[in-house]
Amino acid sequence: MNLRRDVFQAIADPSRRAILLLVASQAMTAGAIASNFDTARPTVSKHLQILTECELLRQEQSGREVYYHLNAKKMKEVADFIEPFRKMWDDRFNKLEAIMKNYKPKK
Amino acid sequence: MELKTKIHAEEGKQELVITREFDLPLELLFKAYVEPEIVEQWMGTKVLKLENKKHGSYQFETTDPKGNKHGFNGTIHEFTPNQNITRTFEMENTPFPVQLEFLEFEELSENTSKLRMHVIYKSVAHRDQILQLPFAQGINIAHNRLQNFFNTSK
Repeated sequence: MNLRRDVFQAIADPSRRAILLLVASQAMTAGAIASNFDTARPTVSKHLQILTECELLRQEQSGREVYYHLNAKKMKEVADFIEPFRKMWDDRFNKLEAIMKNYKPKK
Repeated sequence: MELKTKIHAEEGKQELVITREFDLPLELLFKAYVEPEIVEQWMGTKVLKLENKKHGSYQFETTDPKGNKHGFNGTIHEFTPNQNITRTFEMENTPFPVQLEFLEFEELSENTSKLRMHVIYKSVAHRDQILQLPFAQGINIAHNRLQNFFNTSK
């Protein structure tokens, strides 16, 4: 269960989602991925590490280079899951609650 | 932080139950579903029509960041103030069939209340597709950002 939560933390971050999209089109090296971002290289490495740990990315050695591949099976598992839907409703209900706490009845 | 909203969706069933407890008196929670200007705020939609009565109907319209308009509508089958609303919900111009929604409002204490939303879909496959929609949106947002980034970095 813990692992599963980690996956959702992984995709909650916009940079990590951007990385998944990049790698979805073709396998890339860490350097090639980092060159698409403004952020410092170690930050991108950290993102790659998190994505690899929760199995959304796979590393494959090719000669001297390590390429990152998208693990489509894991992505499917995430997409099937209910969490983003729950988050959407939770955001709406939080808004409702905040609005009604400040509600002043009209005369 | 733990989300206050719970969703119960059993594998292989064409329904799901959304429950949420609010730090609001029951009357205020119910009002948020009744007053068009309040619905507009928390649902992030324009309310074109909202007839809160049996045989009544409603029509919402949202505008996405690209300026495209999306219509939603439904018919109200049951409306009992501070108790329940039974209605249909349809996303216009999409392949998704209409769904049936049972909303039950319950008082927990003077200042807390609970909503239980039981949604029934045409099929298990349709339910599962709807569940995936917000994720697709998330990916699209990331994609747009990425697109903007590439456009500005040229």
